[in-house]
Amino acid sequence: MTEFVIGHFNIITYIVLMMIGFYAMTGKTNLVKKLVGMNIFQWSIILFVVSLGAKRGATIPILLDDANHDRNPEVVLDAMQYVNPLPHVLMLTAIVVGVATTGVALALLLRIYSQYGTLEEDELLETIRSAGNPSAPSR
Amino acid sequence: MNIHQSAVPILIVAAPLVASFILPVLGWWKRAAAFPVALVALTFSFGVAIVAAREVLTNGPLQYFLGGWAPPWGIEFRIDHLGALMLLLLSFITLLVAIYSKRSISRELPEREVPFYSVYLLLVAGLMGMVATADMFNLYVFLEITSLTSYALVSIGGGAAVVSAFRYVILGTVGAAFYLLSVGYLYSVTGSLNMADLSRILPALYQSNAVLVAFAFFVIGMSIKMALFPMHAWLPGAYSNAPSAVSAVIAATTTKVAMYALVRVLFFVFEPRFSVEVIPVTTLLSWMGAVAMVLGSVMAIVQSDLKRMLAYSSVAQIGYSVLGVGLATTMGLTGALLHLINHAVIKCCLFLAAGAIFYKTGLREIRQLRKLSIKMPWTSAAFSVAAFSMIGVPPLGGFFSKLYLMLGAIDEGQWVFVGAILFSSTLALSYFVNVIRYMYFPSPNPDADAAVPVSVGGRPEENTASALSMTDPSRDEAPATMLGPMLILVGVTILLGWFNGDIVSRFLSPAILTSFGR
Repeated sequence: MTEFVIGHFNIITYIVLMMIGFYAMTGKTNLVKKLVGMNIFQWSIILFVVSLGAKRGATIPILLDDANHDRNPEVVLDAMQYVNPLPHVLMLTAIVVGVATTGVALALLLRIYSQYGTLEEDELLETIRSAGNPSAPSR
Repeated sequence: MNIHQSAVPILIVAAPLVASFILPVLGWWKRAAAFPVALVALTFSFGVAIVAAREVLTNGPLQYFLGGWAPPWGIEFRIDHLGALMLLLLSFITLLVAIYSKRSISRELPEREVPFYSVYLLLVAGLMGMVATADMFNLYVFLEITSLTSYALVSIGGGAAVVSAFRYVILGTVGAAFYLLSVGYLYSVTGSLNMADLSRILPALYQSNAVLVAFAFFVIGMSIKMALFPMHAWLPGAYSNAPSAVSAVIAATTTKVAMYALVRVLFFVFEPRFSVEVIPVTTLLSWMGAVAMVLGSVMAIVQSDLKRMLAYSSVAQIGYSVLGVGLATTMGLTGALLHLINHAVIKCCLFLAAGAIFYKTGLREIRQLRKLSIKMPWTSAAFSVAAFSMIGVPPLGGFFSKLYLMLGAIDEGQWVFVGAILFSSTLALSYFVNVIRYMYFPSPNPDADAAVPVSVGGRPEENTASALSMTDPSRDEAPATMLGPMLILVGVTILLGWFNGDIVSRFLSPAILTSFGR
């Protein structure tokens, strides 16, 4: 059991974080809390993919011994010595996307607050319904 | 078939992308420059899409390596037969909606043309990129570009649009996050992100748990993005509260592109036998499609708001396409892809008509559209033809895609699905004929139609004012820039019916054969 937990530490962490985010998105009525939940959800996945690139005892992905490499290319091309940089680079892009999404969502929340004066979902839906909008989003 | 190196795939994506950044600068100098710049960029994209389609038909698929790095290390853009057809469709529809939007946006969003067209072009770039790319992570980036711009475009609709947009943000992000997770799992076992490379590596790993998890998350993520039935909650609000032009373009493109990505990964990255035998996801998808078809149509019937009715109709039509994908046969997939194209064209036309009606009369309620055929004969005619195509009246495009779907279901002996298709089409007949009846044949006693509670839609004073305007049925047609795109789309619907055999044999069959033929 202990070995399983240690061996799958990254996966367990991301699943727990993801569920926390999922709970905040579905269980909370405050829209800001929903947004925070969405962020936790996103970051949990980014954390997981970053952990895929981690490797104990490996070094940064720059050729170690240039002189050796010129003489005998096979010696240095041992992938086990190097950390895989690709997941980190990909997640850098994903983080940028996440920041953009958060920005858009916060801008929307500002608009919602200035328009309705509340960020509680139940009050919000009440206001929209009493305004008689036929296309009001249902719960 | 040989693959050719060409700069065409990148040009299609680059034109709207570059223009969307030039546009704010030019617009800052002169606001009136925004629309022409957008028009030039979209026309260029459409022109390149035509060139790409001709190249693909004569010489086979095109590919382009970004930065000159060959895959699997570099990002690859690839256009095959299916991609060429999708690009043609997307660039055509976005161009038409841009022409249409000139009048409707200057009315609905006065003085906001510059940001609108800038974001609009970015949306087009994202859509084109999703179709053209052959890299899983690049697809995620374009998916998010598409989604972020859709959120922004939906939110400017006024009224409850911001709330709908926020809901769309939350659900859309969950969908994209699932997709990202699936890419992470796939990368962890294969070490590759290129689609062609993955399709070579994956068959040996079909029993791996990580691949199964990746596949499951992919299907769920894309189902959210394309609003498959239980995950459709964001769609009705987003479609019905967005500005008219935005509803038309989003309804016609975003869900279709997600659908295209699903087909691409289900049948071209994975082999059909994986999604049929190893994990029975296609069976599940076809049942979900059948449920979506019936329940979407039922929900559409009970709507009193025209745009909301069209939105629920979209949920049903996505069900048709997913059912075809779930059959996982050549015939079923042909029907699904053909229906996807037909639905994009028809739903775009219907939303444009709804927008034109709103532009001229301010009406959104179906019951208020009495005698619209006298006031706006061309708009009513365009709406009716498109509606008949959606129902599946024979010479029009919608009939043939439903026919292919039915034949696919019959071949498989799935009589439940045949029944579901027929039942859902009957329901579609009832909700569209209801609208057409109000447009053309209002009941002789006006009180019978007018005696609906006014509180249902909009502000009361607005309703009485517009009701008065409708009692004066003098002819007052939408402007030509709005009417033109609608009528062109009606023409396309008729042509899609007429040339359905050509589309299937020249574009769809070669694409499907590369998956099912191997």
